Amino acid sequence: MDAIILQILNGLDKGSAYAMIALGLTLIFGTLGVVNFAHGALFMLGAFCAVTLQRLLSLSYTVEDPTQKDFLGNPLKVDTPYIVSWFGDSAGNAILNWSVPLAILFAIPVMLLIGYVMERGLIKHFYKRPHADQILVTFGLAIVIQEIVKYFYGANPIPTPAPDVFRGSVDFGVMIGFAPNEIIYPYWRLVYFFFSAAIIGAVFAFLRFTTFGMVVRAGMADRETVGLLGINIDKRFTIMFGIAAAVAGLAGVMYAPINSPNYHMGMDFLVLSFVVVVVGGMGSLPGAVLAGFLLGVLESFASMNEIKSVLPGIDQIIIYLVAIIILLTRPRGLMGRRGVMEE
Amino acid sequence: MTKFQVNRRTLIKSGAAIGAGLALPTIFTSSARAYLNEPKGDTVVLGFNVPQTGPYADEGLDELRAQELAVQHLNGEGDGGMLNTFSSKVLKGNGILGKKVTFVSGDTQTKSDAARASAKSMIEKDGAIMINGGSSSGVAVAVQGLCQEAGVIFMAGLTHSNDTTGKDKKRNGFRHFFNAYMSGQALAPVLAKAYGSDRRAYHLTADYTWGWTQQESIAKATEAMGWETVNNVLTPLAATDFSSYIAPVLNSGADVLVLNHYGGNMVNSLTNAVQFGLRDKTVNGKQFEIVVPLYSELMAAGAGANVRGVFGSMNWNWQLQDEGSKAFVKSFGEKYGRPPSNSAHTCYVQTLLYADAVERAGTFDPCGVVEALEGFEFDGLGNGPTLYRAEDHQCFKDVLVMKGTENPTNEYDTLEIVEVTPRAQVEYAPDHPMFAGGDLGQCNSGA
Repeated sequence: MDAIILQILNGLDKGSAYAMIALGLTLIFGTLGVVNFAHGALFMLGAFCAVTLQRLLSLSYTVEDPTQKDFLGNPLKVDTPYIVSWFGDSAGNAILNWSVPLAILFAIPVMLLIGYVMERGLIKHFYKRPHADQILVTFGLAIVIQEIVKYFYGANPIPTPAPDVFRGSVDFGVMIGFAPNEIIYPYWRLVYFFFSAAIIGAVFAFLRFTTFGMVVRAGMADRETVGLLGINIDKRFTIMFGIAAAVAGLAGVMYAPINSPNYHMGMDFLVLSFVVVVVGGMGSLPGAVLAGFLLGVLESFASMNEIKSVLPGIDQIIIYLVAIIILLTRPRGLMGRRGVMEE
Repeated sequence: MTKFQVNRRTLIKSGAAIGAGLALPTIFTSSARAYLNEPKGDTVVLGFNVPQTGPYADEGLDELRAQELAVQHLNGEGDGGMLNTFSSKVLKGNGILGKKVTFVSGDTQTKSDAARASAKSMIEKDGAIMINGGSSSGVAVAVQGLCQEAGVIFMAGLTHSNDTTGKDKKRNGFRHFFNAYMSGQALAPVLAKAYGSDRRAYHLTADYTWGWTQQESIAKATEAMGWETVNNVLTPLAATDFSSYIAPVLNSGADVLVLNHYGGNMVNSLTNAVQFGLRDKTVNGKQFEIVVPLYSELMAAGAGANVRGVFGSMNWNWQLQDEGSKAFVKSFGEKYGRPPSNSAHTCYVQTLLYADAVERAGTFDPCGVVEALEGFEFDGLGNGPTLYRAEDHQCFKDVLVMKGTENPTNEYDTLEIVEVTPRAQVEYAPDHPMFAGGDLGQCNSGA
């Protein structure tokens, strides 16, 4: 039982990332009708917002320490971050330690801006073009973004740790009545799950309870009619593109302590997230979220030794297997609108 | 009775005739035995095939830096680096056989097909006489096969699978880097000493040639020390999040986790294992431990604080204090402002070893080079006395057992040397079962 609960937790955690990326993808597809293959790159850029802020906060001045030697036998150059010298050891190091949560504030405007520039500068020219063109141009854009990041940050993963207070793990089992040490789960992964739930909830609330959101939903249902009412729906959709980019970026920021960011991490998530969108139903926001968590949990269960001993290699194909079954039996996906992907 | 008189003139004439007669077969042979990409002008082209894109691009860049440095040293530029400490003294800094060394580079992308394509292009279009480099066993095996077919020498870079000089060995291929078996033999006694001989190990293994041989090697070596292997779970090479593979370890009864992962896999699996609190756990009354059999400096840097106190092994490290290592670190450090990685070291050494073999053979003909390298004993290149064994083209030398530095003092201070395991401890018979099934075959000069 403890193994099952652990895999459910793992699945929800993986699903959190899938759901946030798929939510953004669906928002863009639902509003602008664009299949955005650069969305994984936006997730990666979010993670690199955390890396960038960590580096900015770590900007240092160098002092030579003659008592220590570097690898060439020269006096060792010791770096002291400006922030530590300005605010003192305790406050300065605390700011450095909390660089990932602080990066949320940094990433929101950066990602909104990136989303806005991406949409206005490139993607708007492909609205009326076939999906194949959109896929080609956004996939190309993803590669360009990847290579730019690699040029500046290198190909090696960059450690971006969580604040000390969230390092280590919690005895989750004790909280739900199990014996101590049976269900241990990392603090930060729980934080990630609750963070994603809050972001997903906020996006739904924004669309549901604000006038802006109502107009966007109306535009998703019938763009032409909303336009005839004198509403500039294109402008709102551009803003939604920025919001979708910010959601992917925030997913990336908070993911940075889970796995050290590298320039190709977006591609690792991209294909899976598209499968999530297709399984959930193209254009369905609740479908994207439901499928994200569902496939995350299924993927985790497929990695269990008990399952792998019966079906070797199932962990590598489970998500695609589910996608094939869904496409064969219910082409519009779990919660997709009738007619979408069914023709 | 005829009197046979030998005067000065007769002696010179006879000597010249005998000399010409003796030399004739050699002249005849050398002109008759043509070989692929024979250097015609005053330059010779080496082909450096390293990952320049993809997840190992940083490691590839370090290899390329070292190869460029080797070319400079061969051409007499710079401070000479390890040429000054190399036990063989035939390299004089005037190129190879008097020809200036130039090079071309290819991008393996750490993909077998791309690596073969770039090697092929360097051989066919650029006239490369030898191929060196790489950062993966899959790639090494693929490129080694291509070089054998084409008829050029392959001096492997970072490749650690037993298969490279085991079942996939080739007459034209040579490996200076150590292998998975050697890692196991070096690590196991250190692990037994540090953690005791009554341990239960759980293995997570990358599902490809290197992972399989690494797991088999470390499992056999630790079992010989008294450890029990509880489980071995194969993980997809493309995996990024290892949480679902690590969760079952918690309640498996194991008290050691062995991560047979390299590169990004290693960084992520180790990070995930530490996040799950494995290193804080006590199991079977013992502190839970993690082992990473193959380390690299770049990956240790990627894993950050998570490597602290974790044992592993390496082919070479910049902190070694022998004269060869010091000379190389100085050359590399002054040129690039950073210490070299162990993949950079092996590529540098392989380039020198190739050049030295050509000089000793007196020809670039691959079959002559093979002959010169087989059974070659040398020293002064950073790993102590080393043998290029003729039977499988594997170098035998000391191996390093490493540990993540507990209190790093600078960005390069990620790993510390725990032990220099002597060569005798990691040697094995050419027909050892873990290396069985291959055949060097005949050398191919591509003629």
